[in-house]
Amino acid sequence: MNNGGSFKGTLQKIGPLLGLVLLVIVLTMLNPSFLSLNNIFNVFRQVSINALIAFGMTFVILTGGIDLSVGSTLALAGALTAGFMSGGIDPVLAMLLGLLAGALMGAFNGVVITKGKVAPFIATLATMTIFRGLTLVYTDGRPISDIPQNFSFEMMGQGYLFMIPFPVVTMFAAYVILYFVLKKTTFGRGVYAVGGNEEASRLSGLRVDGIKIGVYSLTGMLSALAGIILTSRLYSAQPTAGTMYELDAIAAVVLGGTSLTGGRGWIFGTLVGALIIGVLNNGLNLLNVASFYQQVVKGAVILLAVMLDRKKEA
Amino acid sequence: MTVPLVEMKDVHKSFYGVHVLQGVNFDVRPGEVHALMGENGAGKSTLMKILTGIHTNDKGTIYVKGEEITFSHPKEAEKAGIAVIHQELNIIPNLSVTENMFLGKPLTYGKWGINKQKEMRQKTVEYLQRLGIEINPDIQAGKLSVGQQQMIEIARAVSTNAEVIVMDEPTAALTEVEIETLFEVINHLKQSGTGIVYISHRMEEIFQLCDRISVLRDGGYAGTKEVGETSYEEIVKMMVGREIGQKYPPRTAEPGDVRLRVENLTDAEGLFENASFEVRRGEILGFAGLMGAGRTELMELLFGSRKKVSGEVYVDGERLRIRNPHDARKAGIGFITEDRKEEGLVLNLSVRENLALTNLNKLSDKGIMSNNREKEFVGSMIERLRVKTSGQEQKLKTLSGGNQQKIVIGKWLGIEPSVLILDEPTRGVDIGAKKEIYHIMNELTEQGVAIIMISSELPEVLGMSDRVLVLHEGSINGVFAREEADQESIMQAATGGGLTNE
Repeated sequence: MNNGGSFKGTLQKIGPLLGLVLLVIVLTMLNPSFLSLNNIFNVFRQVSINALIAFGMTFVILTGGIDLSVGSTLALAGALTAGFMSGGIDPVLAMLLGLLAGALMGAFNGVVITKGKVAPFIATLATMTIFRGLTLVYTDGRPISDIPQNFSFEMMGQGYLFMIPFPVVTMFAAYVILYFVLKKTTFGRGVYAVGGNEEASRLSGLRVDGIKIGVYSLTGMLSALAGIILTSRLYSAQPTAGTMYELDAIAAVVLGGTSLTGGRGWIFGTLVGALIIGVLNNGLNLLNVASFYQQVVKGAVILLAVMLDRKKEA
Repeated sequence: MTVPLVEMKDVHKSFYGVHVLQGVNFDVRPGEVHALMGENGAGKSTLMKILTGIHTNDKGTIYVKGEEITFSHPKEAEKAGIAVIHQELNIIPNLSVTENMFLGKPLTYGKWGINKQKEMRQKTVEYLQRLGIEINPDIQAGKLSVGQQQMIEIARAVSTNAEVIVMDEPTAALTEVEIETLFEVINHLKQSGTGIVYISHRMEEIFQLCDRISVLRDGGYAGTKEVGETSYEEIVKMMVGREIGQKYPPRTAEPGDVRLRVENLTDAEGLFENASFEVRRGEILGFAGLMGAGRTELMELLFGSRKKVSGEVYVDGERLRIRNPHDARKAGIGFITEDRKEEGLVLNLSVRENLALTNLNKLSDKGIMSNNREKEFVGSMIERLRVKTSGQEQKLKTLSGGNQQKIVIGKWLGIEPSVLILDEPTRGVDIGAKKEIYHIMNELTEQGVAIIMISSELPEVLGMSDRVLVLHEGSINGVFAREEADQESIMQAATGGGLTNE
């Protein structure tokens, strides 16, 4: 029944994927080396950090929220991890502590938003500054580079598993887990319900505050993971790392077709959205487009994609 | 006879196949106050929305001063001289009285020019004076009382040369003194030939103020009476009287032990003080009262979605700690809320996801959903409630009102409740679905569920309840056993009359 509707729905769902495929075809025609295995891995590795953050952002946006503090969380968690390691703490433990720190930063966002009743945009705008400030305080404004040599830590950002860059492996593992969480768990159900109608969810006996704190904690942890990968890659924690990363993450979510008003969207779309941004960056580089123009093109593509999406809804 | 300012003839309107107005006639003559009465859901607001161009009628004609007219936009009605004073006032609190008066249509030099401040201020004083009221035109509107704000709205209507002013429950938020002022203003307007449509539940006011009364019942036209030739009783009968025999299935369950006991509920806002009542196993307790009497709020207090100061809730003799709806649900209390779109459903999600929402615990293991159990549960619920749907994946927003309501009910049947609260369970639902809902209620009471039903439809309260509790302005103003309850006594208790039975 109702074939028109479901066909339209399907089109809406594969729209971002079609866009990505089109983009790849065009770039390959313009520069055949785009499709080399080497370059593909390269793109995926560049995408992985943004994708991890954007996965978390998808959960947040599905509840009708937003998290602007992800870039600062990334920096602070990365700096803490590097600091712990240079202080002699076991690298694996240091990384776990870094993840925990990220989760706590996210939980703080969640508590301010739910218990403090501050709008997510404002709350995370404030914590974006706070976390960045704490990073500068902790690092004294200088990079932390005296990280001892360690295999596990090096693996995170620079390693390979069967020729696949390890950050890409991490990204896909996170994708599979998060896809499952969103689709198959009561928590995932709650995320969609809260974003679709918060009041009805509360009156249905869902723990709305708990769900919200959960999504921000998850995003904090994923941002920390991205921070650890970035720190490992550079083998140095930069106090200004992750600046403006929130925008790329939000762009990936929106490009993937997730509604900013909450309740509608999917994590596969976010993966595609992150890839579109990554492919665009990489392709424009290969085509020797000056970096100033790259920004213009990227912004225009985001605008176009979202406008097409709105048209489909109307 | 003078030509009516407006006349509506044989007006029909339906939403999504549900008839909300069927053959209604209504007219307003110059210089009269015409009361529009009817129970909640009788179609008063729909009729007024048609008159003011918000909705368009399906059938029937509207005449303005004898000329046939169709409004397709509120602006057109405004131009034709029809203004509305809504219950919720359209006042911007941080602007001055003058600025509020000329909101959106300031007097300017030239078309886009500079505002004529002085002239607007002058005019504001003039309009207010014409109504016989004195308000400082420079004061911030938010600093005024509700009554004074209402005066500004009336003055604004006058300033647009409105000849018909619709007032929707104008006295609901006013004090005695303010009501007197309002009546004086209305008399001023009458003398200048303005026609007033006066919507209110307050019988006394209507008999004091109005010239004619028209009554709607269930979307139908029950008649129009001159105030001098009718009585309180006749109007109540017109509003509620009808055959209620077969509309409601006979109650078969025998009430048993006390299942829910509520003791001394007191809220933080001072709406209730020490509200106490109980419901037995297999009993339906009807909650009657006018809109705003606090019925829904009392249920929210019980359900944990409104902050309570003190009071205890017992189910099956066990004292419960209910701090939020989550606690209430775990204790086996279900709440089918009045506003299904805002509070009951996630319209963008499917039938399956909505039905599962209150039942995630039993449809999952350690937080992981079980597809089979969910499909089975949803399937059985769809069958049991006879929901008309194209499948489990149909989005809620594409279902009809009656079927949406069944989904809300299904959500709560799933938790196998011991206490079920139904707030206006049949509002906006067609006759067929109504009957099915009554049958479900009967079925549940046979299984021992204690039911609380809030309804503004008196016949429904009388037809379905074993006992009726009447709320008036936050206090319990009467409890009637089924045999001794009738519409007159309940109406009286609901409007503040004494006569409390045991």
